[in-house]
Amino acid sequence: MPPIPLPTAVPLTYYLILSAILFALGVAGFLFRKSLITVFMSIELMLNAVNLTFVTFSYQHKQVDGHLFTFFVMVVAAAEAAVGLAIILTVFKNRGTLAVDEIDSLKL
Amino acid sequence: MHHLWLIPFFPLAGFLVNGIFGRRFSKGLVSMVAVGSVALSFAWALKCLLALAPLETPHVERYFMWIQSGSLAIPYELSVDRLTAIMLMVVTGIGSLIHIYATGYMHDEDGFYRFFAYLNLFMFFMLTLVLANNYLLLFVGWEGVGLCSYLLIGYYFLKHSASTAGNKAFIVNRIGDFGFSLAMFLIFITFGSLDFQKVFEAAKAVPVEVSAGMMTAICLLLLVGAAGKSAQIPLYVWLPDAMEGPTPVSALIHAATMVTAGVYMVARSAAIFTKAPIAMETVAWVGLATAVMAATIGMTQFDIKKVYAYSTVSQLGYMFLALGVGAFSAGIWHVVTHAFFKALLFLGAGSVIHALHHEQDMRNMGGLRTKIPITFAVLACAWIAISGVPFTSGWYSKEAILGAVHHHSPLMYWIGVATAAVTAFYVSRSMFMTFFGEYRGHAHPHESPPVMWVPLAVLAVLSLAGGFLFNVPHILEPLFPVEHGGHDIMLEIIGSAAGLVGIGLAYVMYVASPGLPDSISSSLGGVYRLVYNKYYVDEAYDATVVRPLVSGSRTGLWQFGDVWLIDGVVNGMGGFARWIGGGVRTLQSGSIRSYAAWVVAGAVIFIIAAGAIAGSNGGLR
Repeated sequence: MPPIPLPTAVPLTYYLILSAILFALGVAGFLFRKSLITVFMSIELMLNAVNLTFVTFSYQHKQVDGHLFTFFVMVVAAAEAAVGLAIILTVFKNRGTLAVDEIDSLKL
Repeated sequence: MHHLWLIPFFPLAGFLVNGIFGRRFSKGLVSMVAVGSVALSFAWALKCLLALAPLETPHVERYFMWIQSGSLAIPYELSVDRLTAIMLMVVTGIGSLIHIYATGYMHDEDGFYRFFAYLNLFMFFMLTLVLANNYLLLFVGWEGVGLCSYLLIGYYFLKHSASTAGNKAFIVNRIGDFGFSLAMFLIFITFGSLDFQKVFEAAKAVPVEVSAGMMTAICLLLLVGAAGKSAQIPLYVWLPDAMEGPTPVSALIHAATMVTAGVYMVARSAAIFTKAPIAMETVAWVGLATAVMAATIGMTQFDIKKVYAYSTVSQLGYMFLALGVGAFSAGIWHVVTHAFFKALLFLGAGSVIHALHHEQDMRNMGGLRTKIPITFAVLACAWIAISGVPFTSGWYSKEAILGAVHHHSPLMYWIGVATAAVTAFYVSRSMFMTFFGEYRGHAHPHESPPVMWVPLAVLAVLSLAGGFLFNVPHILEPLFPVEHGGHDIMLEIIGSAAGLVGIGLAYVMYVASPGLPDSISSSLGGVYRLVYNKYYVDEAYDATVVRPLVSGSRTGLWQFGDVWLIDGVVNGMGGFARWIGGGVRTLQSGSIRSYAAWVVAGAVIFIIAAGAIAGSNGGLR
């Protein structure tokens, strides 16, 4: 029996689909979860979904630009995590809650 | 250069000094600045005139170009000719006397400095008016004296009647000024200039038949302007009310100077008027009608200042009659003599009012001859002058007018003679009611201080001898040639007799048999009431002009135009924006998730749209 040729690589599409699923999960989490922490994590998830897309296209085009973007995003995400968690702590200290629906004073 | 600009400059400086610092000055200092500035102006005018004599042709001084726009070029020019010279002497001379008098009369009034500041400002504008060498600069003075008249009529502004009288004078004058402005536009269109010399040269060159219509239109519009300023029918109604102002103001502005501005302007424009015979005839009839109407009203009034106010209107009518029949120099002569005796009448009346502590009703006077003898003596001079007793100043100018009128139309002459008799009658009536018989009042009369009666004495001399000393028609001969030489002795006798008859009649009615006036007025009944109520002209104007205007403005302009239309549109725009905003503002809920949902929805829509466009372009490549 002839040897079944193993796929040399996972097709590119798979990565993109995975990325889209991760991003959609992030959006859904952002929209529908109640806790601010989870919302924050959903944002991180969306960022990483985007990172995955960058890396995928970088590999396809054999260019390093996508990697660069990914590292930038990771650095910014790290900084954002620090600032965001600090904000979340302060919000909790002041309001005693992390429910997103109750933090709505930013309106007319 | 003779520095003519200094003549109006002195009173302007006086106005600025008193207006800005007067509040902190003592009354003596304010008086000194005010009187001094006018006296300096008088002295400078005299010096200029002596240096310029004999002044056969106008002396013009140009200072700078005032307005230059296209073909319109209006320089700031002052000029002096013999007509201006006469007006200058009257304005500054009588102005000085009245300023001196006013320092005594106004001594106990509040706002002493304010009064003299306004009075100096008036002198500035009046001198600008007479010195101007073009219509626009004359109009500046014209408007300025109107402003000062308004300010001074409303001097006692806490009194409601005074402030409404000021408004009335100002608004009625607006009608006249409207006519004057239109006349200036027409003059500019027709002659291409507003400069006196250019306009009059051009007007003289125009044949009568070519542009008689335009000339008549210009002159009639000028007459509207003059009728406003000089209180002629139909715009005379403001002058009697103007007596709300202090008495020196009545004497200076509303008798001697400002109200003669219309006469001056018409005489100045004589070159145009002589080209418009219809307009001249209109001027004559307007003047005559005003003279008759105001004189008859004057017979029935009891307020001493009202009598003299109607007398002023009537005498101004006389001047217009003279202008209308072409006797410009006689009209100006009457301006001069009238300035003497009418200023004296008003100042004398002021002295009486001052003596009686602000009593103006002649029914509460009487027998003052012995109590205030100096005032009586000077007023008697004015009395015989205005009555036309032979060889007084009023007699000269009145006979000059009546002679010219007879030459023009005997009908007008006889009406004029009758008016002269009426004039003598009402002035004598006021004198008899004030100074003869028994004292009917309660105040304790006291003679006025010398600062008041010395100017009166000067004016009294001028009233008696002014006509003899200043032969105005002779002075004005280069400007207005006398057409008909020689005096008709018969006319002079008739005119003089009319005055004496008026005095005699008043003597019979108010001294010999004091019951007579009441029985005559009650037997006349309706006619007397008509005249006593000033022919109901104010009421008629009120019903036909003022009320429709007020109610029209209130309902049409205010409630419909402003409140409904303009406010409606503006508020509607605002309301519309708020309504739109009210809808859109619900987007900003403050909930982060709803924002995120909008972002996602937007992204989805954007992607779908991009996909659709790409699809229609033949798919992704």
